[in-house]
Amino acid sequence: MYEALDQWNFVIAAYVVGVSATLAMVGWAWWDMRRAEAKRDKVKRK
Amino acid sequence: MHGFANPTRFLKLARWLTPLLLVSGMVLVAGSLWWGLFHVPPDRLMGETVRILFIHVPSAWLGMGGWSAIAISSLAYLVWKHPLAAVAARAAAVPGMVFTAVCLATGSIWGRPTWGTWWEWDGRLTSMLVLLFLYFGYIALSQAVAREGVSPKIAAIFGLVGAINIPIINRSVVWWNSLHQPASITIGKSAIDPAFLTPLLIAVLGFSLLFGGVVLARMRALLAQTQAEARLRRMALEAA
Repeated sequence: MYEALDQWNFVIAAYVVGVSATLAMVGWAWWDMRRAEAKRDKVKRK
Repeated sequence: MHGFANPTRFLKLARWLTPLLLVSGMVLVAGSLWWGLFHVPPDRLMGETVRILFIHVPSAWLGMGGWSAIAISSLAYLVWKHPLAAVAARAAAVPGMVFTAVCLATGSIWGRPTWGTWWEWDGRLTSMLVLLFLYFGYIALSQAVAREGVSPKIAAIFGLVGAINIPIINRSVVWWNSLHQPASITIGKSAIDPAFLTPLLIAVLGFSLLFGGVVLARMRALLAQTQAEARLRRMALEAA
């Protein structure tokens, strides 16, 4: 059976997966680093 | 090299290098993906789906690169017993896992219109899936090691043993019949047209800078957690 596929749907899906996973990873790593360093500085001041 | 293994010197360097790597990586990734999406011609055989190359290939390289970083840092830890090497190995695990997962997901999406299937249990795909499971195991093990406060030696050995999968992934398309194409880029040679190769190399550089930035951010977070916990322990002992 011939199945017509719009290739752009697959391209967009791959870019959404790749870009959102990368942005989430970068955002999480940056936020977690800032949080950990703020906690360390707070403990140091005690 | 040993000079940078000093946590104070490392933090001084990482403080300005982390945002620099992340921002330059973002700029290069955004530019290369824009180029790949809107300025690269469709491929003669794969049509528009060739654009998935600019996410899939960097992810695959960094998925394998992440475990190579774990293995090298683990070896450095086992040989020189420097805690910063263990921290570096642990820091490379999450970005390596994310890029391996992105590689598998984008490969599956690419496989449907080009091979007619989302998944095939062949050498390349299966060994890459094994790598993802190795990352899960390594992350769980290194977190347990840190939580229990025992030596990271067991995680380092796991990191070294798991590296056996890297050459298997690399050679899988040669050793077994595979739907996956053989390597298009080897050292000093490329079978890819320059119209695709230039944005691909920029994407690889951009994603690599992001990878480096995330590893540095993770190392800073892990070091800060360790320093805060050590300080709290000292304060509890002084109060007792």
